[in-house]
Amino acid sequence: MSRTEIVFWLAPVAAFFLLPGYLVMGSQILIVALFALSLDLILGYAGIVSLGHAAFFGVGAYTAGLLSVYGWGEPITGLLAGGAVAALVGFLVSFLVVRGEDLARLMVTLGIGLLLFEAANRAAPITGGVDGLSGVAIWKLLGIFPFDINGRTAYVYAYVVLLAVFVLLKRLTRAPFGLELRAIRENARRMPAIGAPVRRRLVAAFTVGAAIAGVAGALLAQTTQFVGLDTLGFNRSAELVIMLVLGGAGRLYGAVIGTAVFMIAQDYLSGINPVYWQFWLGLLLVAFVFFARGGIMGGLDRLAARWRKR
Amino acid sequence: MSQAIGVLFDGVAYGSLLFLVSLGLSVTMGLMNFVNLAHGAFAMAGGFVTVLAMTRFGVPFLATLPLAFVITAVIGAILERTLYRHLYRASELDQVLFSIGLTFMSIAGATYFFGSSQMPVHLPAYLRGQVNVLGVDLGVYRIFLIASVAALTLVLGVLLARTRFGAQVRASVDNSQAARGLGIDVDRVFSVAFALGSGLAGLGGALGIEVLGLDASFPLKYMVYFLLVVVVGGAGTIKGPLAAALLLGVLDVAGKYYVPEVGAFVIYAAMVVLLIAFPAGLFGRRR
Repeated sequence: MSRTEIVFWLAPVAAFFLLPGYLVMGSQILIVALFALSLDLILGYAGIVSLGHAAFFGVGAYTAGLLSVYGWGEPITGLLAGGAVAALVGFLVSFLVVRGEDLARLMVTLGIGLLLFEAANRAAPITGGVDGLSGVAIWKLLGIFPFDINGRTAYVYAYVVLLAVFVLLKRLTRAPFGLELRAIRENARRMPAIGAPVRRRLVAAFTVGAAIAGVAGALLAQTTQFVGLDTLGFNRSAELVIMLVLGGAGRLYGAVIGTAVFMIAQDYLSGINPVYWQFWLGLLLVAFVFFARGGIMGGLDRLAARWRKR
Repeated sequence: MSQAIGVLFDGVAYGSLLFLVSLGLSVTMGLMNFVNLAHGAFAMAGGFVTVLAMTRFGVPFLATLPLAFVITAVIGAILERTLYRHLYRASELDQVLFSIGLTFMSIAGATYFFGSSQMPVHLPAYLRGQVNVLGVDLGVYRIFLIASVAALTLVLGVLLARTRFGAQVRASVDNSQAARGLGIDVDRVFSVAFALGSGLAGLGGALGIEVLGLDASFPLKYMVYFLLVVVVGGAGTIKGPLAAALLLGVLDVAGKYYVPEVGAFVIYAAMVVLLIAFPAGLFGRRR
């Protein structure tokens, strides 16, 4: 890690000590950042536009939540279980997604997201339906740290998981696998010519992305001790795409920074008036498409380039 | 038996509305490969034109329909000229983001001006009630709806098949490069087609207040349905979206009537299956 990166990752640690009143909000940001990272692998690196990524987040959340409702509240195994089930669903779905052209992919991911949402909505006896899944009770983390009301344990837990997945993804995207994904995004027709199995790589990327999304969902379920139907909703998928693009898709730091900026702005602006927030969000999106491709990270790059020229 | 006919009838009425709204989207996606998630916003705009004209200015219902068409067509033309035009060659992601942004703005705008409740529409007396046709009770308004859409479809069919403009549209959809080479001003054809499609969506939104309802969340609530009609029907034709819209309408109404506990599940499942079975749409040509 470079020096900037170490400073970057020390910032949440500083926030833990300096802003103890914001830990609940902080862990939300860390969890959604993890979720955004998972989409970054699929959208930013592999170039699959997904409008239903919340499906895997929700699957992970319900898996962890249901596990604890039925008597297994151990957090780390619950987290892994959430990731594993989401990975399985993602693996199965990936075959449908990889088949089609861009537009069909968009529609299939959207459709799967809506399908799972309806399924959870209708299966109220199991999932709690619109009321959400309550009665989630998570045991002490590592048998020592209870999940407290101030969210200290939750914050540290989410931070460690985020950092671990980030390091993993950084290695993965720098490995030949990550390079292949980027090459597929740039030109999927040429890849078979150099002997790269396009479909198999996309299936792998989609499955890994789904697994990470599932881990993020499980984290949310465990730290809030509740699973709502909105974990599967279209709005969550759409907002996630927005956060990723805001930060800069195809950049791991873009996913993290975009999430933080988006959620802090949302917290501040929707506190004033939720309708205004939606309007500004819409305007921001339109403006972004026209003027700020590459997001925050792209903008920083341009600034840095200008700096160096001087 | 009569019950089944009633469901079928409602489904056809619902489907013909979906068709009317989605036709413009089919042009956008077929002609310019533009994924316009904001299409439902045009339908909503048409609905609000009708509601405003009726409640504020006392315009009779039927007279508001041309208004809804013209005003949304103008809005569509303006947006096409100023915004959409620049994104035809943009990536799919950019188009999706842009049109989601537009959708959010339209929802927030509608909530700001009209609140988030359902808009009422008071149909004139001659469009209310039911008539008994061969032992089946059919809603008068739904008959009116099906008849209007059928008439419009015929007009559009003639427009596309017999006029110079129609030939230009077909040529541009089939191969825009060759069409350009032949001297067809594809950009202008598309501007007109976009305005026409927006107007039709507006008209559909106005006609649909009674059936689909109208509130600020309309663009998102029905987004999937409109996209679905186009993707299943294949973009850039009339026949494809018509068949897809009727199929979806009947499936959705039948699903909600016979298996209400499953809800919207039927339609989403049908969507995924159809997309997988027919990647290029029911009537689409493989490119």
